[in-house]
Amino acid sequence: MIEVTGLTKRFGPKAAVDDLSFSVKKGEVLGFLGPNGAGKSTTMRMVTGFLPATAGEISICDISMIKNPEEAKRKIGYLPESAPLYNDMSVQGFLKFCASMRGLVGSARREAVAKSIETCFLESVARQSIGTLSKGYRHRTCLAQSLLHDPEVLVLDEPTDGLDPNQKLEVRKLIKNLGKEKAILFSTHILEEVTAACTRAVIVDQGIIVADGTPKELETQGGGSLYDLFHKVTTFETPAA
Amino acid sequence: MLTIFKRELTSYFTQPTAYAIVIVFGFLSSLLAFTLGQFWNVADASLNGSFFVYHPLLLMILVPAVSMRQWADEHYTGTIELLGTFPIKLGSAIIGKFLASAVVWALALALTFPMILTVNYLGNPDPWTIFSGYLGSFLVCLTFLAITTLVSSFTRDQVVALIVSVAICCLLTMIGWEPVINEVRRTGPEAKGAVELMTRIGIFSHFFDATLGRISYASLIYLGGIISVCLFGTNLALKSQRA
Repeated sequence: MIEVTGLTKRFGPKAAVDDLSFSVKKGEVLGFLGPNGAGKSTTMRMVTGFLPATAGEISICDISMIKNPEEAKRKIGYLPESAPLYNDMSVQGFLKFCASMRGLVGSARREAVAKSIETCFLESVARQSIGTLSKGYRHRTCLAQSLLHDPEVLVLDEPTDGLDPNQKLEVRKLIKNLGKEKAILFSTHILEEVTAACTRAVIVDQGIIVADGTPKELETQGGGSLYDLFHKVTTFETPAA
Repeated sequence: MLTIFKRELTSYFTQPTAYAIVIVFGFLSSLLAFTLGQFWNVADASLNGSFFVYHPLLLMILVPAVSMRQWADEHYTGTIELLGTFPIKLGSAIIGKFLASAVVWALALALTFPMILTVNYLGNPDPWTIFSGYLGSFLVCLTFLAITTLVSSFTRDQVVALIVSVAICCLLTMIGWEPVINEVRRTGPEAKGAVELMTRIGIFSHFFDATLGRISYASLIYLGGIISVCLFGTNLALKSQRA
């Protein structure tokens, strides 16, 4: 469902992402690991069509993101890293707006908004202004907008960032459940999330993939510890992307 | 485009912005008409010399103040990343936002109607001349709006967007303002070319054309050109920032 081949992004002379290739199939949850500045968010922004790639090909459900971005974007639900929202809107109003932007109208829009609110446990704040929400609710509101159009592909940039332990557990469960029917690419710093939610993971460092496998395979490569593998294959300090 | 338009328009009215525009513009435009414009003394039923003539001077500051957030805020909050991943063309988002601001300004202009009621009570004005006055003001609004849209697409800082937009709009306004033109004219006959150029570049000559109901193709092309170039430039600027 997600096919990335030879993806490269250069900012001036610096390669933030360098000849990256990977794929995510339906029913697969691919964890995207790496230290800060490794190129995770840049890769996700290219996969979702926000940033143009310097080179390479991105295919979403066999639709090229480079040649046919509008059509490819319809297949994706995206949670950006900072969970950006319009603070002047209510949660429900924001989700209605996002559903309209996704082409949903009338009862389909109403149902999609209600389902997303229920899935992301937002009932208690549905009519509240986004500007007054806590970080956890803000994150879940942004996650809710990514699910509105029931996309075949989900790209989640640090979906558990800012959540409390209970919320993290719920979101991991949600990702695992959604992953049965969809292709999910999600980035994280938290190595436990790989074993908790991913069917496969890649470790990215300085724009290239340095490890790839199932959580078990990666643990084996690290001598029984994912932490050890992470320390071994990534550089301690990487420049900001 | 319609969805963005509705969101932006709602945003103006759920925050104090739209109300502030209507009240401040209504108050200041009337204040200028009754003070500097000498509304009672000039007995100008067309409102051109006492009321409309001061609009560019107000709009060159108020329009950027209202629209400075248009794209700067999208950059600052990161919502531009959401917009950029929705299956829409960037151009439709730019037009949607621009039109929403235009509607707010149309409303602010329309709500100065007590001035029309007053001149109708006092005299017998030509409605088409008054309509032309509003048309001229609205065209200036759109021009300043487009300039602010372009400037706000370059920065995430609303204050920077405000200062730069006001500077450009002030320059376009003042360069064609009669007292400034007169000062240049006084320097001697060799300034004739400069006066001609300033008149053509400045907003005022095109604004007066419209308010007097004789808007020329040249004025339409000039103002329409600024609007189109700025909106097209916004599209290019937003795209190039991602490249």
